[in-house]
Formats: sequence, structure tokens, C-alpha cells
Amino acid sequence: MNDRLTRGIEAMRAQMDSRVMSYMSSCVHCGICAEACLFYTETGDARYTPIYKTEPLRKLWRQEYTFWGKLAASMGLSKKLTEQDLADWEELVYDGCTMCGRCSLVCPVGIDIAYMIRKVKEGLSAAGFSPGDLVEAGRRAVGIGSPMGVTLATLQATIRVQEKETGIKVPMDVEDADYLLLLSSGEIAGFPEFIGSLARIFKATGVSWTISSDYFEATNTGVQLGNSKMATILVERVVAAAGKLKVKYVISPECGHAYSTIRWDAANFIGRPLPFKVVHIMELLDELRRDGRLKTDGVTDERISYHDPCNAGRRGGVLDQPRKLLNMVAPNFVELPETGAMNWCCGGGGGVSTIERANELRLKVFSAKKRQLDAVKVAGLVTACSNCRHMLEDGLEDNEMYDVELLGITELIADHLAEPGG
Amino acid sequence: MFEQLVDGIFWDIALWVFAIGVLWRILSIFRVRNKPDYSEPRASGLAGAIGANLRRFMPRSEMVSRTRLQFVAGYLFHLGLFALLVFAAPHVLFIEAQTGLSWTAMPYWAFIISAQIAFIGLMLLWIYRIMHPVTRLISDVDDHLAAILTFIVMFTGCMALLGEFNGLRVLHRFMVELWLVYFPFSRLMHAFMFIPSRAFTGAWFGRRGVKA
Repeated sequence: MNDRLTRGIEAMRAQMDSRVMSYMSSCVHCGICAEACLFYTETGDARYTPIYKTEPLRKLWRQEYTFWGKLAASMGLSKKLTEQDLADWEELVYDGCTMCGRCSLVCPVGIDIAYMIRKVKEGLSAAGFSPGDLVEAGRRAVGIGSPMGVTLATLQATIRVQEKETGIKVPMDVEDADYLLLLSSGEIAGFPEFIGSLARIFKATGVSWTISSDYFEATNTGVQLGNSKMATILVERVVAAAGKLKVKYVISPECGHAYSTIRWDAANFIGRPLPFKVVHIMELLDELRRDGRLKTDGVTDERISYHDPCNAGRRGGVLDQPRKLLNMVAPNFVELPETGAMNWCCGGGGGVSTIERANELRLKVFSAKKRQLDAVKVAGLVTACSNCRHMLEDGLEDNEMYDVELLGITELIADHLAEPGG
Repeated sequence: MFEQLVDGIFWDIALWVFAIGVLWRILSIFRVRNKPDYSEPRASGLAGAIGANLRRFMPRSEMVSRTRLQFVAGYLFHLGLFALLVFAAPHVLFIEAQTGLSWTAMPYWAFIISAQIAFIGLMLLWIYRIMHPVTRLISDVDDHLAAILTFIVMFTGCMALLGEFNGLRVLHRFMVELWLVYFPFSRLMHAFMFIPSRAFTGAWFGRRGVKA
């Protein structure tokens, strides 16, 4: 057995827990998960069936943890997991799965298939079968602090522009602030107005906040790669930055996987509870609304809808808050068909957006989102994830859906912010 | 001789293999611990686990049109099989003889209907398995063996009742014994393992405040 295969097998063996083994022992191969996966429904290619993507892990489980597998192995009759298996599954797992977890909500025996695919990624990553683009993003995340190579100088320049536009000072490295704001590189590079919008909202609502110059990146490429060691390094940086500034809360920005990572996975990566609470920006804004601190003035008359980011919504639990916020400013809000926890993915989550060779496939499966949009005929689509927003922009452009305007929910709220005393 | 073996030692062996095998499978799964979850829950994981175990009996409304056949066929098969197993007159008599417990058996016409429902469900599921590109790709020998063995058990059972010939009864019981021995080492274990699977997933989502 060569080194790559050994590393892959050892990494997957380390993933075997009673949860995985229960799942393996209960799957009846009914194929229902395929009907929930946009990579299958939009391509018709059976290889994209979610449970099929876990085949390397299943093969290992079968040969090492089952009666027939052990018996066959002892007699030299079993087909062992090979390096070629891992190579063959790289494209299926990384390009053909956004880790959206829609399949996990429909399995009749209750298998969380996305949880298992994440574990397959651990094996592929350890064996060196990960897309080069994602590996490079990971290298930049660890080396520079941002998967897109956004440096502190870039952030500072972006903040200066936003300060000039809003006339509000963005607080950097303020000790004992209540909230530490994390940002995704995609936001800084693509939607810098998010920072200005938050500055306006936080000033109006009296929120004590800051950004750390030590570490500001919210995304975690380690999670997308399936590299827990890298993920832990990146989480520790957030913990250190929050600890240095002695904040009570860390705000996850408009980014689905950043939220699910820092809110739900981070403590498990470091093996201890986080020394701060984590809130998604939607949760914080909704709390400010509930407390009567966030007030809006005026509404948009446009017919708009909301795209739930999978990892903030379905796999993160932030489902009601954005709707309550939209209710403040958008009386003509309509739900997409198959919405909330069952929303269709934008097609670019889980690191797929980083993989250039996956672009054609990603745009092909956007047809699921197009179908949803065609059904409601809206003028605007709001979301709470900068990555989704980039992917939606690509998809709308590719499908010549020029009539649908994309909006970030924080900017929409900021645009309708009531003047203090007003 | 064969009849004595089937009604005697074979039956005892099958029951022991089934009981110990199932217990061994379950223990071997739960012997491997899950890592503790240090994240702060938003809602109750236990409520999520219980909720998922109940909710997954029905498909989500968004999935009904895409999974109607599997859902209907699955229910036909499992309900039909349950009725046959628990309420078929010979089974009621057999259970009473073995345990002393007794309840009302279903009438002959209900047996016929239950058997037809179970057969239709099983056949539909199996035809779907071999015809549909997805299930054809993901199915393995175990899936087919479990379906065929279950079919033979049901078929010999019906023949035994309809034929009133002792040889068919012995054949049916022998097939049940094979089925019991095969059960713990096969896909048939889903009959037990769906409960912890749903619970794990339900608890995971439940902690996040999402109904799974």
C-alpha cells in the first residue's frame, strides 16, 4: 500500500464513530437522496447521488467493520479500497457537492449524508486528492490569512473608502468592545458596502463593536477542503483575536459556511467550548429589531424574495431572522417555492465556487434556482451570504436574467435605516 | 428428520444467531464513541432526535412528487409484511404456543389482502431498484439478496397457508430460519438502525433549531 492511500485510509478510519456506523448500517440504497440533490436533478447523472459520493468511506467500513467484509478480506476475496477509488471520487465529492445538506433532510432512515461526505473529504484531502484551486486557497488562508489573498492593507484601504462614504469611523482593535466582526474575503473584495452598512446600523443602534487587525477572516478553507488540522489553525486565530480584544461576542458576517463553522464546528475543532458567543449578523440585527433599537423608515415596493444560504439556514438554523428583518422593509416579499430549510443551493457552496474546473457544472445546476425564480417572477432577490451572492450573480448573468436585482439584506436594512430621533 | 430439525434445533440456532447477532451489531456500533459536541445548543437535541424519528415516517411536502413511488411502495410492503407477521392466524397460534401470548388473528380475506399489498410493495421496490439508474448504481448484492430472501419467505408462507400441506409449512419455517440468520449481517439491520440514525441526525439539527 502506498503512502497516499495509507494516509487517506487512516484519515477516514479516524472518522468512524457510532454516528457514521449507524448511518452505514441503516442505508437501504433507496436513492431518495438523489431527488434532493441539485447535481443529480439538474444533470440526470446517477453518479451525483449523494450516498454514492460516500462510497470510499462505505468501502472502508464494509471491509473493516462488517462480518462479510472481514470474512471476504480474510479469504482474499474482497475488493479493497484503492488509490484509484480516491482519485475517481475527487471530482464527485469536491465539484459535485456543495455540502448543502438538502439530502440529509429527506433520507427516510435519517442519514445525514452531508456529514458523511465531509468525512470522505478528510480522507481525500489527507491522500492529496483535492482540487488544486482549493489547496491553493487553503495555503493562502494559512499563509496570508485570507483564501483570496486579501491582506490587512487591503482591508484598511476598503475601510477608508467606507468611512469616507458613510462619515463613520470603523473601530479597529478596540479592547473590551462587545462584538468582534469577522468578514469574508468575498465580502471585502466584492461587497465592501457591507462594512459601511454595518457601521451605519451599529452607530444608529449603539452597538459596541470592533474589527481585529490580527485576524478578520470569517471563512475557513480547512472545512471546505476537509482538512481538520487547517480548520483548527484558522479557528484558533479567531479565538486568539477575540481573546486579545476581550470581546463577548463574535459576529459571523453574511456567509453561510463561515457561520456554521464558527458557530457550530469551531468549539469541536479546538476541543473546548468557545470563550465567546457567536451570532450571525442576521441574528444580531433581529435581536436589535426585537429590542426596539433597530428602526427603519420607508419600504421598497419591489416584489422581492429571499434565498436561504444552506449553511446559515438549513445547517445553521438562521431561518426566521432574515424574514422578520425583510418584513420591516419589504411588504411585497414572496417566498420562493421550496424555501427555508428545503431551499435549493446556489450551486457554489462548500468550496465549489473556488474550483475553476467546476464552473460549467455549477452554472448547469443553477437551473434549480432559475426554476424557483421563474415561479415567483421577482424584481429583487435578497440573500445573507456573500458567496451565494457571487454565485447568484453568475447564474443570473449566465441565464440572461437581467431583470432580477441581487441585494444583500444588511445593505437593504441600512438603506432604510431611520434617522436617529426620526 | 428434516422437519424435526427445522422445528427443533434449526429454529433454536436461528433465534440465537438472530438475537446475539443483532445485539453484537448494535454494541459494536455504539462501542465506537462519538466525540463530544462543545458547541452551545440553540435548542434541545433530545427533542430533535425524537422529532426526527417521528417526522421521517412521512416525506417532506417538497419531495412528494419526486418520491411518490418509493414512498407508496415502501409503505405497502412494510405495512403488509407487518400485518402478515403479527396477525396471520398461523403466526398468532405459533406465538401463543411459544410465549403464551395471544391476540385476535385477522380473517382469511384480510390475510389475502395483506399478502397482496406486501407482494406488490416488495415487487415495486425491487423493480425500481433494478430499473432506475440511481438505485441500479448504488445497490449491491446485499440489497438484492435481502429482497429475494424476504420474497421467498413471504411466498412460501402464502403457499403453506393456501396449500395446507405440511411440507410447505416446513419449507416456510426453514426459509424464515435462513432469513433470521442472515438478518444481523445484512441490510435487514435497517429495521433497528433507522432509529439511532434518525436520532443522531435529529439531535444534530435539533441543537441548531432546525426540524429534521
